[in-house]
Amino acid sequence: MSDKEAFFSKNNLRLLTDPLGKQNPITVQVLGICSALAVTAQLKPSVVMTLSVMVVLALSNVIVSLLRNTIPNRIRIIVQLVIVASLVILVDQVLKAFMYDVSKQLSVFVGLIITNCIIMGRLEAFALGNKPGAAFLDGIGNAAGYGVILIIVGFFRELLGAGTLWGFQVIPEGFYDFGYVNNGLMVLSPMALITVGIIIWVQRSKNHELVEENK
Amino acid sequence: MKGQGIKKFYDKHRPKFEKGGKLHPFQSVFEGFETFLYVPDKTTKKGSHVRDYIDLKRTMIFVVLAVVPTMLFGMYNIGYQHFHAIGEFAQTGFWDVFFYGFLRVLPVIVVSYAVGLGIEFTFAQIKGHEINEGYLVSGILIPLIIPIDTPLWMVAVAVAFSVIIAKEAFGGTGMNIWNPALIARAFLFFAYPAHMSGDSVWIRLGQEADKVVDGFSGATPLGLALAGNIDYNVWDAFWGFIPGSIGETSTFAILLGAAFLIITGIGSWRIMLATVIGALFTGIILNIFAVNPFMEIPFWHHLFLGGFAFGAIFMTTDPVSAAQTNRGKWIYGILIGVLAIIIRVLNPAYPEGVMLAILLMNTFAPLIDHYVVQGNIRKRLKRAPATV
Repeated sequence: MSDKEAFFSKNNLRLLTDPLGKQNPITVQVLGICSALAVTAQLKPSVVMTLSVMVVLALSNVIVSLLRNTIPNRIRIIVQLVIVASLVILVDQVLKAFMYDVSKQLSVFVGLIITNCIIMGRLEAFALGNKPGAAFLDGIGNAAGYGVILIIVGFFRELLGAGTLWGFQVIPEGFYDFGYVNNGLMVLSPMALITVGIIIWVQRSKNHELVEENK
Repeated sequence: MKGQGIKKFYDKHRPKFEKGGKLHPFQSVFEGFETFLYVPDKTTKKGSHVRDYIDLKRTMIFVVLAVVPTMLFGMYNIGYQHFHAIGEFAQTGFWDVFFYGFLRVLPVIVVSYAVGLGIEFTFAQIKGHEINEGYLVSGILIPLIIPIDTPLWMVAVAVAFSVIIAKEAFGGTGMNIWNPALIARAFLFFAYPAHMSGDSVWIRLGQEADKVVDGFSGATPLGLALAGNIDYNVWDAFWGFIPGSIGETSTFAILLGAAFLIITGIGSWRIMLATVIGALFTGIILNIFAVNPFMEIPFWHHLFLGGFAFGAIFMTTDPVSAAQTNRGKWIYGILIGVLAIIIRVLNPAYPEGVMLAILLMNTFAPLIDHYVVQGNIRKRLKRAPATV
């Protein structure tokens, strides 16, 4: 077949790398903010959340893409929701079985992946119009773009808010003897929003094409 | 034009900072220091602007002058509280008491200005514009609204946070939504609650912590009132001989500053009066429906306790973050007064609400102005001939 593209062609690779930078779901499209605020108080839940979203997004993208020619247009949202919800329940059960403590920390936010705007957005914008292979890469790429921000935010919030990373003490005890105190504001969710804001600031000052025109 | 003295110094070095001079990159720094001492000789070339000799920098300096009485009293009060706590006040001379406080407060002021101005200078340099004067006032207000025992590094972090996130990110002086000094305090309050509230941060004991007299309590009158103990003399609160943040205790010294601000026309008397009215009104309501000792304290005592006077005079009147229209100023002030006392008395978590009330109303100030302006437009349209 002449129109068959290689799996890792240039176009397909861009599906993976664009969401990390110029098409980042959080910092450029400003989607999925709620979960970025809710689960990033520590690094570990941020990573687990990233992986969960990655599994759900990649698989739902593939499934919707496989079904794209058979889904009636008028009920496509319901079909997508059923697919996403089934996958989320699967992920939730796996977390409860193998990572019970993290699952408890994430509480409702695993269930709320169903309503994550990034997932519906990719299904509508990409999976419905593309082949499964490309849809899979798109899912992985967008989840990675989402996850990078989550992990950066989780890193700083845990480091400055609790002095730990992945639950281990990283700020030396000696600092506390000299009067260093953990920053309680970092643990509160407003600081997640401000951290995301700072990341957006840094990103835009490096990539000027992202800066909107002043009207 | 050749000048004398310092002016001559400026004239001599100006060419180095002009375009092509070897120190041109530091032009904004030079200009900042020049206009700090001399009124700029610039004239407006385009548009119909009116330039006044009272420029932004002069306005700011007037506010700084207005807080000097409360700052000096705050220094004395730090010493006063310290020597009372260790039971040596009677043997200590006035100047020893003052200098004890002076030496404790000075480092806080130095850190506040060094960090804040350092960041402002850096941003002005990077963005290539003039140095914003805004920090002149915030730099003196921040030390006055925090407890004396706040570690200096926390002051530095809070100042950096407030200048970068609350001011520069919004576009610098004049563009900020919230009062930068209060943002610094709010940051400290939520980030390091153990150092910003409780009984042990308001009175500096230092090396002599083991010498405290029997029955000593470091709590502020409001802290005690929240716990159900009403234990203060209202005239001590008025003159300021109570524990509290460095510059907030003396209502009398603050009133001196208020008089100065009103006479010079820098501070808005409408906002100040409205805030007081709002607080008195809420105080009376709470008195009528009082169910606990904190709600029973006479309504007018609220004006002298905690940060109310300082907030009402110096924080609400910040021209950038306050409402701009006259009717808006009344609404803005009254709501601050009402909210401050409600948060202070009815909120079980902390016994003060002035900071949060002002920050909340800062957020709403543009909305208030919008409706005031729209209301005025609608009223005048009704008066206009129907043919329009």
